[in-house]
Amino acid sequence: MLGPQFDVTSGVSTLSPIVSSLEMESMDPHHSDVTPQPSAQGKSKLRVQGFNFFYGPVQALFKVDLDIPENQVTAFIGPSGCGKSTLLRCMNRLNDLIEGARHEGNILIDGVDIFNPSIDITDLRKRVGMVFQKSNPFPKSIHENVAYGPRLQGLKSRIVLEEIVERSLRGAGLWEEVKDRLHKSALGLSGGQQQRLCIARALAVKPDVLLMDEPCSALDPIATGIIEELLFSLKKELTIVIVTHNMQQAARVSDRTAFMYLGQLVEYGLTKQLFTNPSKKQTEDYITGRFG
Amino acid sequence: MAQHRHFDEELAELKTKLARMAGLAEDQIDKALTALVTRDAALACRVIERDHKVNAMDVEIDEACIELLALHQPAARDLRLVTTAMKLSTELERISDLSESICERAIELNEEPQLKPYIDIPRMGSLARVMVKESIDAFVKEDAILARKVIGDDDFVDDLMEQLFRELLSFMMENPHTISRAIRLSFIAKSLERVADHATNIAELVVYLVEGKIIRHTAPSAPL
Repeated sequence: MLGPQFDVTSGVSTLSPIVSSLEMESMDPHHSDVTPQPSAQGKSKLRVQGFNFFYGPVQALFKVDLDIPENQVTAFIGPSGCGKSTLLRCMNRLNDLIEGARHEGNILIDGVDIFNPSIDITDLRKRVGMVFQKSNPFPKSIHENVAYGPRLQGLKSRIVLEEIVERSLRGAGLWEEVKDRLHKSALGLSGGQQQRLCIARALAVKPDVLLMDEPCSALDPIATGIIEELLFSLKKELTIVIVTHNMQQAARVSDRTAFMYLGQLVEYGLTKQLFTNPSKKQTEDYITGRFG
Repeated sequence: MAQHRHFDEELAELKTKLARMAGLAEDQIDKALTALVTRDAALACRVIERDHKVNAMDVEIDEACIELLALHQPAARDLRLVTTAMKLSTELERISDLSESICERAIELNEEPQLKPYIDIPRMGSLARVMVKESIDAFVKEDAILARKVIGDDDFVDDLMEQLFRELLSFMMENPHTISRAIRLSFIAKSLERVADHATNIAELVVYLVEGKIIRHTAPSAPL
């Protein structure tokens, strides 16, 4: 299990991208032989290429290839243990922290391999934010939770910090509910509000990508609905990847869906296509509840 | 590994209901033709009365589908089955309406001597009836090949309709006393032609159900 300090890192990001555009061009490996599943409409943000992942002797992911388009919501679905969370956690290298874990293949963000030794892993995690199943606010005030990341980056100006806090809380759809109690403890918020606070905390450092690992599984239907609505506005600014056990949620919120089974990517395509006319029988069986 | 689902039983029940309704609609058109050819007014009245039963089944199937959508949120083939069922019941209901209309004309025709021996109308009728039957069989067996055959058969019915229309026109031009009967017969032919259209619609729905492809409103020259 990951300790809370890792959650902290991932929830916090920097205002600057990791590499300059010059570096990106020179580092783009251009794997023309790899056919990422359906060609993503628009620019692809994340590209997973021939990706294998091992927890010690156990292989958890097998030759995964997929392209995640920018400013879209991509959902990973599949039965427990299919590797969807593992793949998500590889995208900001959270799995590096697990002893004996190793990978083969590449994950590119804007054409840059995140496993390249020149990449600063802290910068990567700042750029690729993460929201977890269980909300994990710091035992501090609401304001402090959101200001924590930018402050850690050395931002001191009170005015700028105030701006960031308000913008992030608005972005997470929480501002109206908490603007009068910004300096009260975050732990006094409801579960749904705490989860939105974690989203605000991630937004405070302007990430490019937001990874969400079952962000609604501990929430009631109303709070779930609010977070789902939020995704529609967030994707205008961000690329979102969400792991969910709730197939209807994947159908409602995502533009693309990837179905994984036993560590393999079985099918990946437009959500509306996958839920009305999937091309693989395994996908059909899973989404119609015949197995899984 | 397939796992038993309670939902499967409900889907099977929905298909049974549709098959029952289809059987009734098929019988409606069959009896309507018999009533016309044998000039049996009593039989025609029974067909007209029985249309209510088909209407009631249409409502019943619609309600069942809405319930399945609301409670189970089906996906993929299950979703296609439920949405197809809703449309299919409407097609069947229309077939029964057309049978009713044929019977009304038949009763009116009985008030005058028969205009001519009926040859093309029973041919059209039996073609249309076979199309209805085969489109339903295609649905029950989820057979897209049979469905495509039905779609192709629609042209024969259209040709017969055209031929009959010309013939009736010549009767009317020759002798104005035949006009009221000839018009009624051409209404009947039009109804049969529409029955065949509904069978075609059902067949197109079956292709969607099986393959997930919507082939409605594609150009006739385009490959189905």
